[in-house]
Amino acid sequence: MSTNSAAQAQVAAQKSARRLPPELSIFLVLIGIALVYEILGWIFVGQSFLMNTQRLTIIILQVSVIGIIAVGVTQVIITGGIDLSSGSVVGMTAMFSASLAQSSTWPRALYPSLTDMPVIVPVALGIGVGLLAGFINGQLIAKTKIPPFIATLGMMVSARGISKWYTKGQPVSGLTDQFSFIGTGIWPVVIFLVVAVIFHIALRYTRYGKFTYAIGANVQAARVSGINVESHLVKVYAIAGALAGLAGVVTAARAQTAQAGMGVMYELDAIAATVIGGTSLAGGVGRITGTVIGTVILGVMTSGFTFLRVDAFYQEIVKGVIIVAAVVVDVYRQKKRKT
Amino acid sequence: MVSPTTMAAVRASGAIPNAEYLLSAEGVRKEFPGVVALDDVQFKLKRGTVHALMGENGAGKSTLMKILAGIYTPDQGEVLLKGQKIRLGSPLDALENGIAMIHQELNLMPFMTVAENIWIRREPKNRFGFVDHGEMHRKTAELFKRLNIIMDPEVQVRDLSVANRQMVEIAKAVSYESDVLIMDEPTSALTEREVEHLFTIIRDLRSQGIGIVYITHKMNELFEIADEFSVFRDGKYIGTHASTDVTRDDIIRMMVGREITQMFPKEEVPIGDVVLSVKNLSLKGVFHDVSFDVRAGEILGLAGLVGSGRSNVAETIFGVTPATSGTIEINGKKVTIDSPNTAIRNRMAFLTEDRKETGCLLILDVLENMQIAVLQDKFVKNGFVSEGALTKVCEEMSKKLRVKTPNLSERIENLSGGNQQKVLIGRWLLTHPRILILDEPTRGIDVGAKAEIHRFVTELARDGVAVIMISSEMPEVLGMSDRVMVMHEGRVTGIIDRADATQVAVMELAAQ
Repeated sequence: MSTNSAAQAQVAAQKSARRLPPELSIFLVLIGIALVYEILGWIFVGQSFLMNTQRLTIIILQVSVIGIIAVGVTQVIITGGIDLSSGSVVGMTAMFSASLAQSSTWPRALYPSLTDMPVIVPVALGIGVGLLAGFINGQLIAKTKIPPFIATLGMMVSARGISKWYTKGQPVSGLTDQFSFIGTGIWPVVIFLVVAVIFHIALRYTRYGKFTYAIGANVQAARVSGINVESHLVKVYAIAGALAGLAGVVTAARAQTAQAGMGVMYELDAIAATVIGGTSLAGGVGRITGTVIGTVILGVMTSGFTFLRVDAFYQEIVKGVIIVAAVVVDVYRQKKRKT
Repeated sequence: MVSPTTMAAVRASGAIPNAEYLLSAEGVRKEFPGVVALDDVQFKLKRGTVHALMGENGAGKSTLMKILAGIYTPDQGEVLLKGQKIRLGSPLDALENGIAMIHQELNLMPFMTVAENIWIRREPKNRFGFVDHGEMHRKTAELFKRLNIIMDPEVQVRDLSVANRQMVEIAKAVSYESDVLIMDEPTSALTEREVEHLFTIIRDLRSQGIGIVYITHKMNELFEIADEFSVFRDGKYIGTHASTDVTRDDIIRMMVGREITQMFPKEEVPIGDVVLSVKNLSLKGVFHDVSFDVRAGEILGLAGLVGSGRSNVAETIFGVTPATSGTIEINGKKVTIDSPNTAIRNRMAFLTEDRKETGCLLILDVLENMQIAVLQDKFVKNGFVSEGALTKVCEEMSKKLRVKTPNLSERIENLSGGNQQKVLIGRWLLTHPRILILDEPTRGIDVGAKAEIHRFVTELARDGVAVIMISSEMPEVLGMSDRVMVMHEGRVTGIIDRADATQVAVMELAAQ
C-alpha cells in the first residue's frame, strides 16, 4: 500500500540522517535572534548585545517567572489541554502569600496577629492555593468533561476576582526581608531552573511522564491501556496550578509587594514560550528543555527591542507575529510528517 | 493529451467509440524517496466489469488506485481513459473525467444532510441564486431509486450507520455520471447483510456499463463479486486473470509468492479450568443476559453481525463501559471491573477493534506504544521507569513477534497496519494476561501478518491463556475457535462447538 511505501521511504530517510534532538533547531533560532541583535547593536547603538553580563542576567531574571509557569503549562499542553488561569493564579497567590509575609514593623498589616511568620508559611500558602486552583481546574475537566479552555477560562476570571476581593483592591506591602530575599539576586532564576530540571526528569523518566504523553497522544488508547485518565489529568492541572502559585510567590517577593493586578497576561507568555519551544498544541509532543529555550527566546526578544530602543508598541506587534509563526511552523511540521 | 473539459464535452456528445478498455494504465512507475512503490505496472479495466486489485499491504495496489483517482501523478507511464491519454492533476480532475473514488475513510460532512452531501459544490439553485432544496431532494430521491437505496435524503449524515454512509458515497459517485468507480475495501466495516446489499448495487452498476476497480483483502468477496482480478507484489504487476479460472490457493500463491499450507494453525491443546465466567451480564440498551465461560487454553470465537453487541460485550468485560447488571468471575472469584485499570490488574488484556482510534499512540514511538500497559504495575520503582530492563523486554518481544521496524524509536504511525497490530499485541503480552480479548485482530492486515498473528494466538492458547476472539471473518472464527458464541441484536443466540461450527450454522444464529 502506498501509505506503507511512503512510510518505508520515511523510515529510510530517517535511517540515513541520524535524528537530532528537536531542541537543536529551537536553540539555533535563539542563537540566530541573539546574533541579529548583536549585529544591529553594533550598527545602531554602537555596543555589543551579548557581551554584557548584566543584560544577560536581567534577561533570564525577567523571564524566570514566566518560565516557572511555562513548565506547568507545558505538561498541560502535552496532555492536549490548555491552562488560561495561570496569570490570574499568579495574582491570587501573590496576594495570599504576601498577606502572611508582612513584617510587624509595617503599620497596616492585613493580619496584625500573623506578622513575622517564618518564610515557609507564605511560600507554602502560595503554592497551596495555586495547587487548589489547579486541582479545581483538573476536577472540572475530568468530571464534567468540559473543554480545558472553558474550565481554565472560568478559573482565570474567578481567581482574578478573588485577588481583588481579598484586600478590596488594596496592595499588600511591608513584606519581611526573608520573604523578599526569594526575589532578590539570582534566586528566581535558580528556582526556575530547579523546577525545570525536576519536571524534565519527571516527564522523561517517570511513569507520570509516560502517562502524560500517552494521554496527549491518544486519550482513548491511554484509557484502554489501563491509565486512569481522569485522576492523571487532575494531577497535571494541580501541578500546573502549584507552579503558577510558586510563580506568584516569586513575583510578590521580587516586587516586595503584592497587587491584585499582578500576572496579567502571564498565561499567554507561558503558552507562547511553550509553543515556541516546540510543544504541539495537538498534544503528545513537547519537552521541558524546549520550553526553557522558548522562555529565553521570549526574554531575548523583549530585551533586544529595549536595547535597540524600539517602541513598546512594536514589541507587542512583533511578539504576536512570532507566536503565530511558531504555531504555523508546528502545523507545517505535522503536515510534513503525515504526507 | 485532452483536457478534462474537452473530455466532458466529448463524453456528452457520445462521439468517442467504445474503446476496448474503459480505463488502462501502462508502464506506470511511482517512486517515493527511498522506495519504488510501483515499477512498470499495467492495469486494464473493461467496461461493465468488476476488477479486483489484490496484494499484500505494500504491494502497490493503493498507490495504483491513487494514481487512477488523480491523487498521485505517476513518474513514468500513462493512463488512458477509453483509449485517450489523460493526465490527472487532482481528484477533482479525475471526477470530471468520470473516475470517482470511494475512500476507506469516508469523506462526508456529518452535520449536513444526505442530499447536501451528495450535491455539494453542485447544488441546484433557484432563480434568486439560493439553493433549491426541493429540487435537491427530488434529485436525490431519484438517484436513490435508481440505485435501490432506501434512505431519507434529509437525514443528517452523522445519524447514519457506516453502511448507509457508504451508500451515500456511492450515490454521490454515481451522481457524477462516473464511468469508473474505485472502491477501497468497501466492506471492511459492513455486516454480511449490508455487504449483500452493496454487492447488489455493484452488480447493478456493472450492468449499466460502469467499470469498478475493487480493492479487497477478502478472498471470498473476490469470487463473489469480481469478474477479473490483478495481483501485485512488492510494487510489481504479477498478472491478471478471470476470477472463475483460479482457486483461492492460486491467488494466495500469486500474492505472497509462496505457498501458505495452512491458513489457520489451529492446534489441539489441553483445555483447563474455567478462567472467566460471565453470568447474565447486561449493559442497559446495548446487550442483555450474556452468559458464557472461557477455559484456560480455549479460544472462544465471538461471531455476529456488526451491531450485534459483540464489541460492547468485550468492552464491558474489560471495564471500558462497566456493566449495568450481571457478574464476572475470574478463577471462581467474583470481581467488579469498573475500569480497564481493574481489568488489567485482574490480568486481562484487550486488543481493541480500531487500531487508530483506541489502540495506537500514533505520534509516539514503538517502544512507548509497547510499554504503556505494563507500566501499570511493573518496571516502575518509586515512580521511576526502569528504562534499561523495560527496553530489553520490549526488544525481545518485538523480535519474537517479528515487528518490522528500523528500531524501537520509530514512530508507530510509520509502520504498516500488520506491524502496528503486532506492537499492540506485544503491549498486551508484556502484561502476561491470563484472559486475552481480541477484537478483529486481523482486520485490514495483509495475508502474511495475518497468519503470523494466528500463530501467536495459537501459541498463547497453548500456554494456557483463555482467549476471546471477535471477528467478522467467518473463516477466521471457524478456523481458530474451540467454540463459537454467536450474538444477535444484543443477545447470545447460541454457542456452538468446533465440530458443529459451520458457516451455515453460525449465520443462522447471527441473522435469525
